Amino acid sequence: MDVILQFIIYISILFMTYCIGSYIEHRHFQSIRIRENQTRDMMVITFSQTPEEWKYTSTDLVCGNIVISLDYFKRFLAALRTLVGGPIKSYEPLLDRARREAILRMKEQALSQGYDAIINARLETSRLASSGGDGKGTSGIEVLAFGTGLKLLG
Amino acid sequence: MNDHELIISNVETIPEKTIVEFYGIVSGSSVRAKHVGRDIAANLKNIFGGELKGYTELLQESRNEAMARMKEQAKSLGANAVVNVRFSTSSIAQGAAELFAYGTAVRVE
Repeated sequence: MDVILQFIIYISILFMTYCIGSYIEHRHFQSIRIRENQTRDMMVITFSQTPEEWKYTSTDLVCGNIVISLDYFKRFLAALRTLVGGPIKSYEPLLDRARREAILRMKEQALSQGYDAIINARLETSRLASSGGDGKGTSGIEVLAFGTGLKLLG
Repeated sequence: MNDHELIISNVETIPEKTIVEFYGIVSGSSVRAKHVGRDIAANLKNIFGGELKGYTELLQESRNEAMARMKEQAKSLGANAVVNVRFSTSSIAQGAAELFAYGTAVRVE
């Protein structure tokens, strides 16, 4: 009886984390879409050279970063997936939203400092090790976006 | 920090200025661990997923410190700009991360 009870508790925790995790993800994607529309005018390019007709004055480094993690249920799914191999679908939206958020934060920082465009944008991803006893679990994935902000003339 | 004195850029040139002297590579690093309070909050957050704000701020502070150290080094060499700046992050121990910033110190006119 005890075993069944434990099993039920475990399943219900998994289900709860799935619901809350999906809700958080859904809301995050919504906010990303709204903010991407708001900052559409800001150009971000990965070239270090600018078009010749651009006249610009000052430059400075702008960055945006985010640390993000998966919910327990999706990590459980990913762990199951590693047994048979193949694409891990639960990680794909996580990285997608982390990158888009990092780029948005970089754009927002550039806007608040009065820049009109960002050139030479770069993205970097790194994994933060867990501080838990085993050190096996990933406690978060960091995405950093950085580039050089430009003030355009005319 | 005197940001207006030192120009930081991750492209090879500074607009409307020419590089007159190179001083070589400058770098700054900072290793940080999060404190227990933040760690517990982040671990709770880890169950439901989403952004771990405590860590985001921690890494931002840490990266700013690495950049400040890089700027200091550039200033001590007599440079007035750092170009081609790159970042790298590595988790060296459990619960600690190293943030590293490096670039080329130059004098522009």
